[in-house]
Amino acid sequence: MPKPGIAVGRSVPRVDADAKLRGVAKYIDDLRLPGCLYGVTVRSTIAFGTIRKVELDPCWPWKDAVVAGPKDIPGENCVAVIEADQPLLAPGRVMHPMEPLLLVAHPDRNRVWESSKHVQVSYDERDPVLTVSESLARKQLLRGTDNVFKQYLIEKGDVATAFAGAAHIVEGEYRTPHQEHAYIEPNGMAAWVEADGAIVVVGSMQCPYYVQKALKRIFPGRDIRVIQAVTGGAFGGKEDYPSMLAGHAALLALKSRKPVKMLYDRSEDMASTTKRHPSVVRHRTALSKEGRLLAQDIDVVFDGGAYLTLSPVVLSRGTLHATGPYECPNVRVRSRAVATNSPPNGAFRGFGAPQTLFAAEAHWEKIAAETGLDPLKLRRLNLVREGSVLATGQVLKESVSAAQALERVVARSSYEKTRRTHAVCNRKPGKVWKGIGLALVHHGPGFTGSGEVMLASRAAVALERDGRIAVLSATTEMGQGEATVLAQITAETLGLDLSLVRVETPDTAKVPNSGPTVASRTTMIIGGILMKAALKLKERVVQELGSFPTTTKGLKEAGRKLASKGPLTFEEEYRKPPEVVWDEAAYKGDAYGVYGYEAVTVDLSVDRTTYEVKLRAVHTSTDVGRAIHPELVRGQIAGGTVQALGWALTENAVFQRGRMSNSQFTNYVIPTFSDAPPIDLDIIENPYSRGPYGAKGIGELPHNAPAPAVVAAVRQATGLLIGDLPVLPEKICHGLLARRKAS
Amino acid sequence: MKREASRAISFVVNGAERTYKGPAFKRLIDVLREDFGLTGTKEGCGEGECGACTVLLDGKPAASCLVPVSQVHGRKVETVESLARGESLNPLQRSFLEEAAAQCGICTPGILLTAWSWVKAGGSADPEAVRKHLSGNLCRCTGYQSIVDAVVKTVKKRRAA
Repeated sequence: MPKPGIAVGRSVPRVDADAKLRGVAKYIDDLRLPGCLYGVTVRSTIAFGTIRKVELDPCWPWKDAVVAGPKDIPGENCVAVIEADQPLLAPGRVMHPMEPLLLVAHPDRNRVWESSKHVQVSYDERDPVLTVSESLARKQLLRGTDNVFKQYLIEKGDVATAFAGAAHIVEGEYRTPHQEHAYIEPNGMAAWVEADGAIVVVGSMQCPYYVQKALKRIFPGRDIRVIQAVTGGAFGGKEDYPSMLAGHAALLALKSRKPVKMLYDRSEDMASTTKRHPSVVRHRTALSKEGRLLAQDIDVVFDGGAYLTLSPVVLSRGTLHATGPYECPNVRVRSRAVATNSPPNGAFRGFGAPQTLFAAEAHWEKIAAETGLDPLKLRRLNLVREGSVLATGQVLKESVSAAQALERVVARSSYEKTRRTHAVCNRKPGKVWKGIGLALVHHGPGFTGSGEVMLASRAAVALERDGRIAVLSATTEMGQGEATVLAQITAETLGLDLSLVRVETPDTAKVPNSGPTVASRTTMIIGGILMKAALKLKERVVQELGSFPTTTKGLKEAGRKLASKGPLTFEEEYRKPPEVVWDEAAYKGDAYGVYGYEAVTVDLSVDRTTYEVKLRAVHTSTDVGRAIHPELVRGQIAGGTVQALGWALTENAVFQRGRMSNSQFTNYVIPTFSDAPPIDLDIIENPYSRGPYGAKGIGELPHNAPAPAVVAAVRQATGLLIGDLPVLPEKICHGLLARRKAS
Repeated sequence: MKREASRAISFVVNGAERTYKGPAFKRLIDVLREDFGLTGTKEGCGEGECGACTVLLDGKPAASCLVPVSQVHGRKVETVESLARGESLNPLQRSFLEEAAAQCGICTPGILLTAWSWVKAGGSADPEAVRKHLSGNLCRCTGYQSIVDAVVKTVKKRRAA
């Protein structure tokens, strides 16, 4: 482990902790807006069809209410993300349940809900497309000529020939469901119109500049200012949806000429906003006699929901991670994201990779079952090492930690010994069966392929009059700790005490466009840009004064001397490392500059009567490059792990005719203090030469391995390979009954 | 009916006597946030599942989204704002700070109060017992580990002192 610096490598108090612990941090619901109206959304009750008529109940007092519909939109009726196919308010055609149709605002927070119930909508309903197979069969055409939003193909070597010469051929199909982000703060946004006509929106969000971009098309010709309020969790769920909500709040503000607040309640948030894409992934694998990979033929289908939104990029990441962290000479990955009549699925921690890595890792269990080979040995034989070539032709040049992560987690969890003792215990009578399972994964931090080049993110550091350094970036704090980490990187680069660095609120009027706060890119990419900006500032001060001061007094003095000679803000833009080469058209090359690696074991028991799964222990070994703030890194790994365990075991989003029917914490069950296991967190630091102080992104990696490790453990406990998440007791029960019937 | 609605409801909030006049069935969380400006108490679900709105009612954790204000007449309510003494955080808050146990922070006030009731009542330092006591509060960021560590640390420090 490298030695801590003045700020980096130290678990300093979070810069946002004090306000949060005192309860004085201002989330959007806490913001006082005198004279504001409350806005609500009237939503479709059908999955697919056309609106016949919208009527306001003539018996209801509408006098204090403001109603806005598609005709009130001054610019384009769209929420622009990658494309602009999603309307802000459905103009005539309804594509999914809970689609926004109309907006109502009222000064009374309770009265507004009642008002919205007095909007009567009648429809001409059509038979909806509810599954990916219905979509691929073109039951109805929802998009283009084939319902496919996007497809990719990766080809390496000669798959057909490799299958012809294989000792083992193993096929499997794996399915993952919707997952709800379940941030504890629901989505919320406020908007008002300034005297000069500018629109200001404040709210819970990940990407202020995404919101601004979307609003510019809805309200052309107006200045748009977007400010992030303290945000109560996001996990990808506040990446694109806030643009919709901001558009709604701003439209009501424009029409009413009053500030408008829109706050979703839990049920509306769960039923209307984005989810993790459900997936169906098929593997066909050729292996040599001893278990070496000869060919992987993988087919991936993601359910995109009704509009394109972020599906192409979610699918891209899923496609690129589909092989798992293994080297195989012949690979074919075909992937498609298709349209269905359900709310659009979107970004969620891992962004497509957890789905395809679940399939890749669970498939080792299938291979083990059919070949009699050991899952650990199979991984040891095939995992990537320095110099390995991935399916896109990318050569892994540095910081390749798959083997190290695997061996460390195997040792720390006594995996092999535990597996043997569990096997013995399972043969004897008892109340439970026990199982331990393993998974090994990778994750590419930062935008995929040319993404970072296209984003061209900017960030700056400024020497301020009060002798402090300001960090200026649009990167948002949503709990992950970015404000603290970016302050640490800046302080370290300048050789300053952390107290001399402050982080500016993400506000498009104050900070440059640093791109979205997503894709595990903040520490590695924005931290890297800030490091360069800080070096520029340092160089300038040293040039003028001969040395860089480290006290407030000295910095004030430096500021005074430099002020007359030019600006004191030093901005830098992302520059691609020259060795990273990606060909978007051919879909070949360095999809990511580097990868993080993680190996996980899950030890669990299954009740022999109720089939309830109880987590006994979880071990993680995770390569993060460099832990800028070890405690925050542990927080990301523990949080991501438990979120993934929920996806694996209890989070069962039930969709009926395209609508989530269990949109409450009462019946959509996320892990509690009692469900979550104690986790042994093992941090590996193999530095990345292009990351600030060696850091690689860490936010999403922890979501990839836990679910397949659960499936592997349940297989040891019960003998059943349940490749369809979540692993509910009912599924174990049905599996055991089916097996009994068959024997 | 009219006389009923205008009857004052009096209770102690964070040590100070407060009087509320208005609909008797207004939720305690709304009275605290809207009438008294105590926005530290958060709403996460509005149906008593997530625990973000937890306050201490006569020292015991209660979901303030499920309590009509009329039920607290004559009783004692403590919110997150009562924990720190001026500049200095209370011992539990300090442990949360040291263990980075608050991430997004929206569940933090409720968890602090549930945990504080455990610490004050002389609850044990056994992590399993702490988890059980806190299992009515949801957190989606931390995976719970850092919070359990912070509570255990506070209990141990208190015992040592």
